[in-house]
Amino acid sequence: MISFIAQRIAKAVIVLLALVVLNFFLIRMAPGDPAVVMAGEAGAGDQLFIAQLREKFGLDQPLPVQLFLYVKGILSLDLGFSFRQQMPVSKLILDRLPATLLLTGTAFAISLLFGILFGALAARFAGTWADTAITIAALIFYATPLFWVALMAILLFSVTMDWLPSFGYETVGAGYTGLAHVLDVAAHLILPATTIGLFFMATYARMTRASMLEVNRLDFVKTARAKGLSDAVIQRRHVLRNALLPVVTLAGLQAGTLVGGAVLTETVFAWPGIGRLMYEALLQRDYNLLLGVFVVCSAMVLAFNLITDLVYRSVDPRIEFAS
Amino acid sequence: MTVIVKNLKLALPPGGDRTYAVDDVSFELSAGKILCVVGESGSGKSMCAHALMGLLPDAVTAESGEILFEGKNLLSLSPAEWLALRGRGIAMVFQEPMTALNPLMRIGEQIAEMFEAHGLLTPKERQQKALALIREVGLPDPERAVRAYPHQLSGGQRQRAMIAMALALEPAVLVADEPTTALDVTTQAQILKLIRDLQRRRNMAVMFITHDFGVVAEIADRVVVLQHGKVVEQGTADEVLLRAQHPYTRALLAAVPTLQPPQRASLLDRSKAVEVVGLGKTYVSGGGWFRSERRVQAAKDVSFDIFRGETLGLVGESGSGKSSVARLVMRLIEPDAGTVRIGDIDLTRIGGKALREQRRRIQMVFQDPFASLNPRRKVGNIITDGPIAHGVDPAAARKRAGELLSLVGLSASAMERFPHEFSGGQRQRIGIARALALDPEILVADEAVSALDVSVQAQVLELLEDLKARLGLSMLFITHDLRVAAQICDRIAVMQHGAIVELKSAALLFAAPEHAYTRELLSAVPGQTSSSKAA
Repeated sequence: MISFIAQRIAKAVIVLLALVVLNFFLIRMAPGDPAVVMAGEAGAGDQLFIAQLREKFGLDQPLPVQLFLYVKGILSLDLGFSFRQQMPVSKLILDRLPATLLLTGTAFAISLLFGILFGALAARFAGTWADTAITIAALIFYATPLFWVALMAILLFSVTMDWLPSFGYETVGAGYTGLAHVLDVAAHLILPATTIGLFFMATYARMTRASMLEVNRLDFVKTARAKGLSDAVIQRRHVLRNALLPVVTLAGLQAGTLVGGAVLTETVFAWPGIGRLMYEALLQRDYNLLLGVFVVCSAMVLAFNLITDLVYRSVDPRIEFAS
Repeated sequence: MTVIVKNLKLALPPGGDRTYAVDDVSFELSAGKILCVVGESGSGKSMCAHALMGLLPDAVTAESGEILFEGKNLLSLSPAEWLALRGRGIAMVFQEPMTALNPLMRIGEQIAEMFEAHGLLTPKERQQKALALIREVGLPDPERAVRAYPHQLSGGQRQRAMIAMALALEPAVLVADEPTTALDVTTQAQILKLIRDLQRRRNMAVMFITHDFGVVAEIADRVVVLQHGKVVEQGTADEVLLRAQHPYTRALLAAVPTLQPPQRASLLDRSKAVEVVGLGKTYVSGGGWFRSERRVQAAKDVSFDIFRGETLGLVGESGSGKSSVARLVMRLIEPDAGTVRIGDIDLTRIGGKALREQRRRIQMVFQDPFASLNPRRKVGNIITDGPIAHGVDPAAARKRAGELLSLVGLSASAMERFPHEFSGGQRQRIGIARALALDPEILVADEAVSALDVSVQAQVLELLEDLKARLGLSMLFITHDLRVAAQICDRIAVMQHGAIVELKSAALLFAAPEHAYTRELLSAVPGQTSSSKAA
C-alpha cells in the first residue's frame, strides 16, 4: 500500500507540473497587460513608468524565462509575489484557505449525509409518495443555479425573517471569543454551506437511490433473504454498502472541485475564501495570485482523487493494491 | 413426509403469455431423499423452489393449494414467521455462486450471519461454527477460506461456501436451484457428490432443481417433470428415466445427446480448410510504471488442421483457452506466435483491406443468443450488414437474407422484426443465418448451443449438421459439453491450460482416451450409467 501511495504521489506531481505550465501559458495568452493596468491606476500612463513596472515584476523577460523562474519557485513552495496586494501569494492563499475548507467541508458533509439518507429512503419506499417527493426535490435543487438559491436564501432567512447573518465569516467588530466565536462562525456558515450542499445532496440522493434499486435486484440480496435476515439488516448491510461504491467515486470527483468551485457562493455571501480571492485576482489581472490559486486548487483535486482511490480500495476488496 | 406441496397454483401478472407460472402442482419431499424437479426454461421449476422459501417475486401470487411443513401451511405464514423459517427450517442454494455471495463480505462473516439472523450463539462461537462448516464442505485451507472474499475463491469453492451457509442451522429441507449449472463438469461431479453425502449424513430432504437429465440420473431418488407449469410425470428415478410414460418426458430424454459418437467416415484424405500451426497467446495485465505484470498463457503452441467438410471439436474446462483459440483463428485478437492458414492465405500476416476481404471466409456463431444480436437493429439489417459491407447490392442481400432465414427454419417475415421478439433458439438460428450470409467456408461456433434448452439444443445441432452437409462447411466447434461434442464432431481436441493434450477422432477419443485429463473429463460427465441404460 505504501508503494501504491508513493507511485500515485509521484504521478500527481507530474500532472501538477503539467497543469502549472498549461495555466501559465493560458493566462499569458489572455488579452490585457497588467503593467498597463497598474500604471493606469497609479495615474501615470507614460511608457517609461510602464517599462519600469515591467522590469520590476519581471514581465520584460521572455516567456520561457518567466516560466522557468515560476516553476523553480513552485518547486521550492514559493508561489510568487502578488504585486497588486504587495504580499507573497502563498500567504494570501494560506490566509483564505481555512475559510474555504470550513465552508466546503461542511457543505460536503451535509450533502453526503443527507444525500445518502434521502436516497436510501427513496429507494426503500420506491414508487410511493415519499419517493416522488424526494425525487422531485432533488431534481429542483439539481436544476436550480447555485447563486439564485443563495440569493433566495438570503432574502428569506436574513432579510425577511432575520434569523441568520447574510454575509461574511464572522460578525465584524463583535470581538467574540471561545464558544461565542464558534457559534458566531457557525451561524454565518449555515446559509452558504447549505446552499452548496443542496446541489450536491441532490446528486448523491439520486445516485444512491438508483444504485440501491439496482443492487436490490442482485442475487446476493436473495441469499440474504433466504437466510432469514430482516429487511432492515439486508438494506443496511448488504444493499447500502454495495450501492455506495458508485457514490464514493462521484463524491471523490466532486470533493476536489468543491474547493475551487465555490466561487459564486463565496462571492454572493462575501465569504473570505479561496473562491473570492480568485474572483478578485481575475478582476485585477493579478497573474501570480491567479496562478497560485489554480495550483492550489489543482493540488486539491489530485489529493482528493488519491483519497478517493484509497477509500474505494478499503471498501471494495475486489480492488487489490498492486504489490 | 417433510414437505407436502398440494395443488399449488401460482398466478402470473395478467397480460403475460400464460396465466399460471405453476398450475396445480403436487409433490412431496421426504427426509433423506432427493427430489429432482426437471424442466426446460419457463417450466415453473424455479417458481416452485422460490415458493418453498417465500421468495416469490411480488407480481406472482399463490392463488390456491398449500405447502405443508411441520404442520403449517407456508402460504399463510406471516412475514415474521417466514423470517424465523428461512434458513432454519428450509435453506436454499442458488445457481450462480459468484453473484449469490455478497462481494464485500468475507466468507466467514456471511456464514456467521446465518446464526445472527436467528439470534443464535455469540459472535465468537459463530466464527468457530463457520470454520467448522467450511471444513465439513471440504474447502481447502479453511482458516484462509473464512477470511477470504468471494472473488478470491474458485467457482466450485464458492458453491461449497454457499452450501456450508445453507447447512449452518441444520435445516430439515435443502432447496437447490440449479446449483451445478454454472460449474465445470469435473467441479459439478464434486459438488453433486458433496450434496449427496451431506444429505445422507444429515438425513435432509432435498429439492434439486435442474434442466440436466445427466444430473438427475446421478443424484435423484424421485423425479418430477414439469412442462409449462404442470406436472407431466413423477415417480422414482428409475421409473422416470427408464420407463417414462409421458411423451414430453420421452422427448426430453431422447434429446439428451449420448456419449456414444455416431459412426463417421474419416475426412483426413480431403484438402485442408484451415491449418493452424504453433499458435501462442499470453495475456499480460497490469504492468506500467510501477506494477508487476500478471501473465496468463491462453494458448501454448496450439496446432491443428480442419479438413473440408469436417467438424473439429475443442473441449475443455473454463479457462482452458478454448475461446482464446477461437478468437485467434478468427484473428479477433493478435497471436504472439504461430500462423493460421485458410487455403493459401496466412491470416496472421495480412492486415487492413486484405484482412477484411478474407474475413468473409471464416464466420462465427456466439454463445449468448441474447447479447450477440444488436437489440436496436432489425433482423434483416443484422443479416445483410456483412454482405453489403463486402459490396453486395442491398436488394440482392435482402433477397439472400430471406433465403437464409428459411434455410435455418424461420420465415422471411422475421427480417422486419427485432431480436427481442424471438426465443433463445430462434435467435441462435438468426445468429447462424448471419454467419452464413457471407458464404463462409468455415464456421467457428463458440459454445453455440450451451445456453439453449436440451430440446432446442437438439434442433440447432441438427440444423448445423444439415447445413454442414449441404454447404460443405468446415466447423470449429467449441464446447464444454462432451455429450454435444460426441454427437457433432468428427475429431475432438482436448484443451487444458492453453495446450491441446489430446486430438483424435471422436469415436477413438471416447472409446480409448489416453491422456489422464481426458479420462478425468469423461468420467465426470453426469448420468453415464443410466444414459447407457436408457439408450
